[in-house]
Amino acid sequence: MIRQLGSFVLLMIQAFKRPDKGSVFRKQLMYEFQSLGLESMGIVLFVSAFTGGIAALQTAYNIDNPLIPLYLVGFATRQSIVLMFSPTIISLILAGKVGSRIASEIGTMRVTEQIDALKIMGINPANYLILPKITAAMIINPFLIIFSVFISLLGGYVACAVSGIVTLSDYITGLRYEFDPFTITYALIKTVVFAFIVTAVSGFYGYQTKGGALDVGDSSTKAVVYSSMLIILFDLIITQLLLA
Amino acid sequence: MIEARNISKSFGDHNVLKDVSVSFDRGQTNLIIGQSGSGKTVLMKCLIGLYQADKGQIIYDDRVFSEISEQEQMTIRKEVGMLFQGGALFDSKNVEENVMFPLSMFTDQSYEEKLERVNFCLNRVNLENANKLFPSELSGGMIKRVAIARAISMNPKYLFCDEPNSGLDPRTSGVIDNLIKEITEEYQITTIVNTHDMNSVLEIGEKIAFIHQGNLWWTGNKEDVLKSDNEELNDFIFASELTRRLKK
Repeated sequence: MIRQLGSFVLLMIQAFKRPDKGSVFRKQLMYEFQSLGLESMGIVLFVSAFTGGIAALQTAYNIDNPLIPLYLVGFATRQSIVLMFSPTIISLILAGKVGSRIASEIGTMRVTEQIDALKIMGINPANYLILPKITAAMIINPFLIIFSVFISLLGGYVACAVSGIVTLSDYITGLRYEFDPFTITYALIKTVVFAFIVTAVSGFYGYQTKGGALDVGDSSTKAVVYSSMLIILFDLIITQLLLA
Repeated sequence: MIEARNISKSFGDHNVLKDVSVSFDRGQTNLIIGQSGSGKTVLMKCLIGLYQADKGQIIYDDRVFSEISEQEQMTIRKEVGMLFQGGALFDSKNVEENVMFPLSMFTDQSYEEKLERVNFCLNRVNLENANKLFPSELSGGMIKRVAIARAISMNPKYLFCDEPNSGLDPRTSGVIDNLIKEITEEYQITTIVNTHDMNSVLEIGEKIAFIHQGNLWWTGNKEDVLKSDNEELNDFIFASELTRRLKK
């Protein structure tokens, strides 16, 4: 465990060195914006739309006390989406999608000697391969999460409209009720930390791969499992630090 | 010239290289040969710097690799071209981008200048009109040729080839061997080839280092191989009935 942590820190020191060539780094960064960010929009859209709808319906169906105003459905949906669902659950989903992709890509490059080829050319492979992914995810993921929040709340709106269990004006009143802008800041801080965790941990497991195809699969699995566990752990820590 | 002085390397309790001293000359194809597990790949990785030797020195034209700064090591790495066993082409890049990659990383040439160099290198390895193909669309021989083109794109002073003929048919192997020899002579490169292909030994072995059980057992050239009475070398070179008959 301590050895792993040490190797991770050493890899990050290598990764966070100044890129060998700025223009190549910028090109890599653009590529990663597309592959890590834009290509994830489909799954974010799908999951967010349905989860927003489910959150609104579940809240509405569980309110059976006539003294509780129905606009609380919108309020509860907003709070659960902004505080937990979008930053944490979407990051967990991205850990599966993006994390496994990063680990298998870098792992395959390792076992097919492509990383050795970079090293022999005089290129810092950790910096060339991992830094653009970390940077891109830390920049693009907050936009994905804002997009997710918007789509989830829209999903809740559509669910209320279709089911008719809560009036749309109640739902919108709830969305606006007691809004604290800091919750958005909190969600975005979590997102940036989780983006780092997913890309750095996945890059680490990919980089450490030794052997063949089975080991690439193993690295990919470890990347997803450990990133997910760390996301949950850091969610607790950040929540305690920021909301206490 | 590249020189290994008293190189030792162990993995755990297993001594893979034992005090190996050998030099490789400029403008020649230098071969490291030996049985699987003899330590020749470890020696090559120590020479390139992918492995750190436990003892000894690697010297690149009077520059002791372990004693120079990281920056100077990087400079040497930029003078090195490497042909990997599997080619190690970047899957996500096409042939043109693979060969152009070192130029994009280390020069400020315009795209047109880089493309001219890429086309020159691809022509040199007889691969015209393959610029837009991806590695998955290439045959084994073509992959090796693209890898050679990439290795020479920066005009290297040192060229390392790790089992360049593995997985190739005898005819394509001959083409790759001749290409390595021609390029070595043409650009006066210090070339080191790690192989256990006997055709290569007899065709291009201008200097041969035979590694046996982690020791440098024998050195010579392709003519000396045929005349040597070194028992272990003969067991290795003339391992098959056919080669024994040919020797007789």
